[in-house]
Amino acid sequence: MTSAIRFILNGDDISLGDFSPTETLLDYLRLRRRLTGSKEGCAEGDCGACTVLVGRLIGGALRYESVNACIRFLGSLHGTHVVTVEHLAGKDGKLHPVQQAMVDCHGSQCGFCTPGFVMSLYGLWMANEEPSRAEIEIALQGNLCRCTGYEPIVKAAEQVATERPSALFDPIERDRAEIMAKLWTIRASSDTITVEKDGKRAIIPGTLAGLAATLEQEPSATIIAGSTDVGLWVTKQMRPINPVVFINHLTDLQTITEDETGITLGAGVTYAQALSVLEFAYPAMGRLIDRIGGAQVRNMGTIGGNIANGSPIGDMPPALIALGASVTLRSASSSRTLLLEDYFIEYGRQDRKPGEFVEKIFVPVRNEEAFFAAYKITKRRDEDISALLGAFYLTLDAEGCVETCRIAFGGMAGTPKRATSVEAALVGQPWSWNAVAAAQMSFAEDYQPLTDWRATAEYRAITARNLLTRFFLETAGQPQELVRFEPEEA
Amino acid sequence: MDNTTFDAKPVINGSVHTSLRHDSAHKHVTGSAEYIDDMPEPAGTLHAALGMADRAHADILSLDLSAVKAAPGVVAVITASDIPGVNDVSSNGSHDEPLLATDKVEFHGQPIFVVIGQTRDAARRAARLAKIEYRDLPHWTDIKGAQANGAPLVITPMTLKRGEPETEMQKAPLRLQGQMEIGGQEHFYLESQIALAIPGEDEDVTIWSSTQHPTEVQHMVAHVLACANHAVTVNTRRMGGGFGGKETQGAHFACLAALAAKKLNRAVKFRPDRDEDMAVTGKRHDFRVDYELGFDEEGRIHAVDATFAARCGFSSDLSGPVTDRALFHADSSYFYPHVHLTSQPLKTHTCSNTAFRGFGGPQGMLGGERFIEEIAYAVGKDPLDIRKLNFYGQPGSGRTLTPYHQEVEDNILLQLVEELEASSDYRARRQAIIDYNENSPVIRKGIALTPVKFGISFTMTAFNQAGALVHVYSDGSIHLNHGGTEMGQGLYTKVAQVVADAFNVDIERVKITATTTGKVPNTSATAASSGSDLNGMAAYDAARQIKERLVEFACGKWQVEAKDVEFLPNRVRIGSETISFDALVKAAYFGRVQLSAAGFYKTPKIHWDRAAGRGRPFYYFAYGAACSEVSIDTLTGEYLMDRTDILHDVGKSLNPVIDIGQIEGAFVQGMGWLTTEELWWDAKGRLRTHAPSTYKIPLASDRPKIFNVKLADWSENREPTIGRSKAVGEPPFMLGISVLEALSMAVASIADYTVCPKLDAPATPERVLMAVERMKAM
Repeated sequence: MTSAIRFILNGDDISLGDFSPTETLLDYLRLRRRLTGSKEGCAEGDCGACTVLVGRLIGGALRYESVNACIRFLGSLHGTHVVTVEHLAGKDGKLHPVQQAMVDCHGSQCGFCTPGFVMSLYGLWMANEEPSRAEIEIALQGNLCRCTGYEPIVKAAEQVATERPSALFDPIERDRAEIMAKLWTIRASSDTITVEKDGKRAIIPGTLAGLAATLEQEPSATIIAGSTDVGLWVTKQMRPINPVVFINHLTDLQTITEDETGITLGAGVTYAQALSVLEFAYPAMGRLIDRIGGAQVRNMGTIGGNIANGSPIGDMPPALIALGASVTLRSASSSRTLLLEDYFIEYGRQDRKPGEFVEKIFVPVRNEEAFFAAYKITKRRDEDISALLGAFYLTLDAEGCVETCRIAFGGMAGTPKRATSVEAALVGQPWSWNAVAAAQMSFAEDYQPLTDWRATAEYRAITARNLLTRFFLETAGQPQELVRFEPEEA
Repeated sequence: MDNTTFDAKPVINGSVHTSLRHDSAHKHVTGSAEYIDDMPEPAGTLHAALGMADRAHADILSLDLSAVKAAPGVVAVITASDIPGVNDVSSNGSHDEPLLATDKVEFHGQPIFVVIGQTRDAARRAARLAKIEYRDLPHWTDIKGAQANGAPLVITPMTLKRGEPETEMQKAPLRLQGQMEIGGQEHFYLESQIALAIPGEDEDVTIWSSTQHPTEVQHMVAHVLACANHAVTVNTRRMGGGFGGKETQGAHFACLAALAAKKLNRAVKFRPDRDEDMAVTGKRHDFRVDYELGFDEEGRIHAVDATFAARCGFSSDLSGPVTDRALFHADSSYFYPHVHLTSQPLKTHTCSNTAFRGFGGPQGMLGGERFIEEIAYAVGKDPLDIRKLNFYGQPGSGRTLTPYHQEVEDNILLQLVEELEASSDYRARRQAIIDYNENSPVIRKGIALTPVKFGISFTMTAFNQAGALVHVYSDGSIHLNHGGTEMGQGLYTKVAQVVADAFNVDIERVKITATTTGKVPNTSATAASSGSDLNGMAAYDAARQIKERLVEFACGKWQVEAKDVEFLPNRVRIGSETISFDALVKAAYFGRVQLSAAGFYKTPKIHWDRAAGRGRPFYYFAYGAACSEVSIDTLTGEYLMDRTDILHDVGKSLNPVIDIGQIEGAFVQGMGWLTTEELWWDAKGRLRTHAPSTYKIPLASDRPKIFNVKLADWSENREPTIGRSKAVGEPPFMLGISVLEALSMAVASIADYTVCPKLDAPATPERVLMAVERMKAM
């Protein structure tokens, strides 16, 4: 049994066996390493002041992603390269081009959010030499600034995009080969790592079979993938969770396969990874995923986690339900597949038995004749939890009547839920404004939404009806949706 | 002449009126700028966490802290009984704000005790273990509830009256009544409140506090510890944002840290979690404005009568001057021939609302702009025409007197607004939008051009004073200190420019140092946009004194007259000879010249009689205007910011890039206040929008897609302020009002612009949709 995790922090090789299972990367950096450039602004993955890059091996490549150190647990860093703001400038103090652009464009005022912005911009700079304004805004969705109004930061991103000094200057490019080699070495072992501190255990299985075996022995363990939800149990609710099982490093859970029947996503596939394949099959999915959390959350959070945690909102479940997706649950001894809509039983209760974990999600292949849309409604357009989310899937028969109709909403009930009465009112009817108007009355039978800080019940009810209108207009070739960037600008 | 010892450059680096980057920019981007939580902790530092009430209004029947004390890592638990001095942190001396609640709690989240732990984590976990028995009392959290329950006022209200509003209202050709609700706002400084207290010998304690008001923190700590002010030193190098939220609100954490530090003789750091910070600290006041307007068919205002009711929270804090400033700005940019305005500062069972950029002014102005909108829809005109019709006039026009009897002497509204009207192509775009809306069933657009006129000075006249301390060391390097604090607004940079400019030396010679009560005493808060006006002048005064001594010394040593001593860039011409600045300083040291000076400034001309509602509370006005265009989705109420053009007056700018940064940031913050930033308390009185996951400030993608910001570079302050500049911190916040009005126009299109939509703030997508539904029902 191994009892230490190994990772690289900036230029240092770290082997760490002395940590609490819920110790965050941010606390480790600030309190134990005195790397105080990364800040705590919210401790819930929403402000981005703690943004660092984490490099990991994906396929044959070493890819760096921005993440929120405040809700990232140390146990999730095995086999990664953590890069903080302190690593960017040259040893002679010369600023990295991304930093220099922020200075030149006056992108900092109070400066507290600035290291986080620098790291998000650095991640963008590395991945994209010609970012559009739309891409810059997407990359910055997870970073809050209260001083500047963002204009100079966006300008810095544009200004620096083309500045590519010699590779040796960039700390990651300079050491890329060496880092890859080290990470491969760490990954070579598939032993389960167990770290124990003060009676609390972090278990890091090396394989999928190891995960199944671990969960058989520890059926009450908390599984942590992206920690974008569980992170808050710790930082906000201070809930004692023990033991924890980390799965984010399991490449077997990160596979994406496509065949003639559809797309299969491993449960550990992040939103960011799912985006590329799903947006191609279903463009509306791409637009939806771009508005889930910020970039950091999409780099950490997983499709499987979004389902497993049973949120009444989603955002993926209602969209996946409308697409007729299914989910496969696995344990040491069994594997079963069920429709995703059947997984959600009631608020706080899902059809997952002790010892089971979500293994994969299957999304049926796109029917070229079908219409699909997903509308996320929020108070703030980006990086906000939905007040409601409506997803619509529709096929028409030769006569133009509704053949198949799956409508699912998040935020309207205790679980992501289908609008069966509305669907029933539509199926067999001509897909017409009259049929839509009549069916809208049935929403009241399907949903009795609540009032909370995101919206009143009344707003949710009106908007749900109106989203069917929006879908109808869209299928009629008259899309009526606010568009910040035209396709050519994006 | 010996040129070898200095560089005979034509101009210095960093003089006033030049664009200079923020002094900490390099440190910001490398993560090396030190905030209090980044400082190395003294050995043995302990950490504090709050024990908070979970009732909105209740008697405390019993407090059992045994489980808290027994929790692992707990060193001590502090309650009100540990306070040697006064259990009060009310900033206005009204003794209505206990540091720790004793027998009664008055808002959900009110601090009752403090846990001191070996680690922050241990303290936070233990703080939840208290067993508290309460007897609930009736509570109300909003203005409606306060009025329904006959809530007391937290402070004496103010009334402004001029002319004969009662009779003129009756005589007006047209009249209407209305009501507007205006939401509050969380500051959401990125760095939460924090204090580090380090005990010293005797009664001494040194505190690093993230505060806009080190002097007040000093006084509060002394008050709580029952020691003299001289025992307490408060230091502030920089804040990670303030926006008014650290004017009085930092004192609680500093006092509790100091109390624990002195009791335990250990350093104590107090950094609340974001959720706790948001639950405990005050915010921008919500308002409800009830108004009656008298006007004519042209849209000219005859009389205004309005009551501004405010949610003040459980104590008075700054609610008096905040509600006063709301009334001072209820005229927005308009002349009210007859006017009666009154404030209603209501007590509610919520955190005690406080200063926030604009300090009540934005709420007052928003009311004034609603009046204009109402009249415009009533008479069927473009609101911009109604605005221009009602602008204050030029001296001699008979239309220059404010409701508080101050003359508007420096009015540049019309020039500014007409320049923006032309440069933004307002008229043509408005027509194009009207045409677009006719043919767009779901997506509607709106545009609005709104002005800003903001009064500069603390309305408490005494606060308009400042001090600075400047040392010139014998190597010619300069140490600068003043009472102003740096929260990102660039004050330190601007004041350093003033000093560099005064000595005519490169700014690199000027060392900016942390604000401390030990160097400059009895300072005012860095607030009311006054930072550079006050501290710039005080620093200039200090530099002037040293310069005068240097000139006098040079006259004696080189036998020249004062007019023959000239400070050139980094050098000094003395008669026909030129020597480096350093050489003069060194010579002056050997000549036993005092090379250190304390500077002082007090704003002239101002006076205010609150009871009479008369005086000149403001030294001058700052102006601006914004034109915003938006699109809304009438199915969901969602919207997009399409374009904003701004023309803003900062007088003769001390630093154009810093001023532009203030304007852009303030606009977006103002826009956030009026759109997505919504505070929501549940029936139990809990604030449920207590973190960025639930409270939504603007993101990069919320800023206007096209964003043109320009300084009115032809403007100069008519008053002799530092460099003829004008204050910039708060005024541009109110440029955000253009967004609310543009949204309103888009909504109004549903009823063909015949009905004022009365879109309240914040105009969340829900509020927009509900307004659309109202218009559809017309």
